[in-house]
Amino acid sequence: MFSKKHFYFYILAGILVLLYSSTIAYGASEQFKGKIYNTGILKPVDSKTKLKVGMKAPDFTLPSVSGEKVSLSKFLGKKNVVISFVPAAWTPVCSDQWPGYNIAKSLFEKNAAVLIGITVDNIPTLFAWTKEMGELWFPVLSDFYPHGLVAKKYGVLRSSGTAERALFVIDKKGIIRYIDVHDINSRPGLETLVKELEKLEK
Amino acid sequence: MNKSNMRVLTVIIIMFFFVLQVYAAELTPAKGDIFPDITLSKTEKASEKEYLGLSGKGPFRISQIKAELLILEIFSMYCPYCQKEAPIVNELYQIINKREDLRNKIRIIGVGAGNNPFEVDVFRNQYNIQFPLFSDESYSVHKSVGEVRTPHFFVIKKTGDKKNTIIYSKVGSIQDPKQFLDMILEESGMK
Repeated sequence: MFSKKHFYFYILAGILVLLYSSTIAYGASEQFKGKIYNTGILKPVDSKTKLKVGMKAPDFTLPSVSGEKVSLSKFLGKKNVVISFVPAAWTPVCSDQWPGYNIAKSLFEKNAAVLIGITVDNIPTLFAWTKEMGELWFPVLSDFYPHGLVAKKYGVLRSSGTAERALFVIDKKGIIRYIDVHDINSRPGLETLVKELEKLEK
Repeated sequence: MNKSNMRVLTVIIIMFFFVLQVYAAELTPAKGDIFPDITLSKTEKASEKEYLGLSGKGPFRISQIKAELLILEIFSMYCPYCQKEAPIVNELYQIINKREDLRNKIRIIGVGAGNNPFEVDVFRNQYNIQFPLFSDESYSVHKSVGEVRTPHFFVIKKTGDKKNTIIYSKVGSIQDPKQFLDMILEESGMK
């Protein structure tokens, strides 16, 4: 019925169609058009954190894009802290997650919370990437060298060397109150995070 | 099963995926097309219902909105370009609102692709948006307009021989709101 030649033609056509379908991005922003590297679908979670709710959050000091060094301990007794690890600059989902937080500043402030963004990229890459998002109100820290040290401390360093898409909520006493090591392929809902913040002491 | 039957089966499976793909990725309606009569999530706000000429409880269809021209923006709260565009669209709304000859003829709505009502509220509050915004959490509207990048603007002429004809369908900023308004008035024959 079908010759061998036809058979391979159909296989090829099928593969092309599937490849094409993987390039369609849901609700992709026009801003990043052509600048986002398509990672494809990744293993949802590729690490196992030993940290648990109720434990003390490990302290760290990292350089930020704006130049200053930021330590977790400087917020002790003053602010609740949300740490948002995202896998890498210039990848899908992350390129939308922080711009969303960027217009939700008042929701963080209402709950006496600060936000800290962390990736394993170097500062120049983070500079260029966050510039695409407009002015960010929260510090973005580089966990580049020694590579992924803080991500490792928090148990969210993947075998590929990127971080998980993970949220840690830490209260004023430095105690972890919420952990969400999210499916790397999807964006954690802002609403869930805000509900967790509302539970904290202001 | 013999070898040739296997091949035929494989081809059929591949064709099936091909057809599925064509259905899944609907084309973005272009200028001159009729805009699909999509269903919007319901609005409880009396002021929004009044603005859109709707009565009763939602959900509503685009065709129920009373206007001569409908400007529809597909946006996402998470999209930085939409965030930058928000003040420009607000300005367009204000310009139209100040023109007595247009105030009751042109309507603006936004549809938040993949945004739940909470996320739409964050966007509305951040930019103090006065026109109605609808949540499209399941991406159903987004799919029916061909999964456009955001922001995407449609301008739909709701009156005339060919009702709901699209006179503008483009991704990206509307640039200068005054010039944009002039352009769509010209296109629609309202000028």
